[in-house]
Amino acid sequence: MNGVKTLVSIIAFTLLGACSTVKLNEKAPPVEDRNSASSVPAPAPAPSSGRTSEVSPSSASAVDPLNDPSNILYKRSVYFDYDQYTVKEEFSALVEAHGKYLAANPDRKVTIQGNTDERGGSEYNLALGQKRAEAVRRAMALAGARDSQMEAVSFGKEKPKAMGSDEAAWMENRRADIMY
Amino acid sequence: MMASPKKRIFLKSLVTSGVVAGLHPIAALAQLRVEISGMGANQIPIAIGQFWDDPAGDNQVTAIIAADLQRSGLFRVVPSSDLVRETGAVDDAVWRSKGADALLGGSLTQADGRTEIRYRLHDTAKAVTLTSSGLKVNPQFIRLAAHRVADDVYEKLTGIRGPFATRIAYVARSGNEYRLEIADSDGENAFTAFRDTEPVISPAWSPDGSKVAYVSFNLKKPVVYVQELATRQRIAVANFKGSNSAPAWSPDGRRLAIALSRDGLTQIHTVNADGTDLRRVATSNAIDTEPCFSPAGDTIYFTSDRSGSPQIYRMTPSGGEVRRVTFNGSYNISPAISPDGKLLSYISRRDGRFQVYVLDLANGQETRLSDGPRDESPSFAPNSRYIMYASESAGRAHLAVVAVDGSSSYTLNAKASKIREPAWGPFTK
Repeated sequence: MNGVKTLVSIIAFTLLGACSTVKLNEKAPPVEDRNSASSVPAPAPAPSSGRTSEVSPSSASAVDPLNDPSNILYKRSVYFDYDQYTVKEEFSALVEAHGKYLAANPDRKVTIQGNTDERGGSEYNLALGQKRAEAVRRAMALAGARDSQMEAVSFGKEKPKAMGSDEAAWMENRRADIMY
Repeated sequence: MMASPKKRIFLKSLVTSGVVAGLHPIAALAQLRVEISGMGANQIPIAIGQFWDDPAGDNQVTAIIAADLQRSGLFRVVPSSDLVRETGAVDDAVWRSKGADALLGGSLTQADGRTEIRYRLHDTAKAVTLTSSGLKVNPQFIRLAAHRVADDVYEKLTGIRGPFATRIAYVARSGNEYRLEIADSDGENAFTAFRDTEPVISPAWSPDGSKVAYVSFNLKKPVVYVQELATRQRIAVANFKGSNSAPAWSPDGRRLAIALSRDGLTQIHTVNADGTDLRRVATSNAIDTEPCFSPAGDTIYFTSDRSGSPQIYRMTPSGGEVRRVTFNGSYNISPAISPDGKLLSYISRRDGRFQVYVLDLANGQETRLSDGPRDESPSFAPNSRYIMYASESAGRAHLAVVAVDGSSSYTLNAKASKIREPAWGPFTK
């Protein structure tokens, strides 16, 4: 399974390298920076590489790996256990793929946003979310991403993706997002 | 940015609902009879006569003073509808028969567009005047003047400086709007210092009360700002790569301790209040955050998970002599030191509940002061006798205040807003 994903990634890198002027769609639904109950207007796409042309996935001749649901790079969320900040085995391939993608695309940059569930203090959760984002950042650095391409930040418990005070919501919010 | 219309926080008094017996008996300086009520509160019975020429309404001085004293938990206000002014003879026997050990009377006088409040505090047991004074203010400061009278009464009868003529900061959220608000200690006169659609956390008062440092996420990451309240001018004092948070002022107001992740993990730094001269204080392989200076400025308390779970530690401002301070429970965060340096308050998780604790630094005695499932952000009143904290349950978020001996408590609720992240400001002149 991992082998297949890696192969897909490699193909994707190759494709992307061949059409490097295509601006990636920043607003792929799974990585949208959503706030409470989607009542917050979606933030504007972060400027990344300074290009002005934007090509939607449907009109792109090659499928952007970041927008290709069958590509591992489409997944950009890493989930953590309660009070934990180690990248679990099941997410190592995902994190490595993003690290390699950045290594192959030095003009791309990401912000890694750490989040926590709602339990506990604001500041300690901010530091915990930072530790999660930092764990992802380090793993991506090991895969070849440069420090200048990545910034690990934390939202702590302040911007929960899932509302509610149950285990399902908490699990969803113990998360680091890789934002291109 | 427009100032918000006057908002009111609703006070709900829960006097004598304390969870512990008194650690600090009230010194009855004026030799008044002490009444025990509730869970060991020593309440001084005081009659507050209606001040002369004190118009009824939101700013009625007599009512403001009575509400302050009642809320403090140290007084029982004996009801009186009599007009009592600051001059003339007092019939002590009559007031004693009503159960009052003290009597406050006064009057308001308007002159040259200003209001003069004169008042007299009388000890009905010893038949002596404890204080007779007055103050003259512009009309917009009438509530502040009333709080100052209450402060004087509080101090004369307890020996402790009154906490009423002070301000609080907190974050209110309604819908997607976050507001950093500043209000009087009783929740009145609230105004919005900063408004945004991104979260705001961790307000911290400068020692002189002129500025508030806080963390805003308006740049899609936590950045530390210092804002001057009078001018609303603000500067980013820490906007480094990574997260910037947890501001705490040095007692001289010149530096801030902050938590930065620019080198990877969250670590404690200090920086001048204008953002210059950044220095890393200590280096650990763990989370170090939530710095807080001791009143003397010779110690920084902070939260660290270096032992595997978050605990409170102390060190010198240069990062030396690190010592662990909390040992009970596996989750102790958010240290706050009392302005007199004697008590450390923090949030401890026990049996899955996050509650306010206070540790007597002299004898190591630890006391639980709140019983909420999710309490946060303890902040001491400048007189060291009360702790304000955020409390949330069943989707409601409000502020609560508990006496450090647990003898009394009250809550501050806002209509249509969730309020949290309280910070009690310093004494003002």
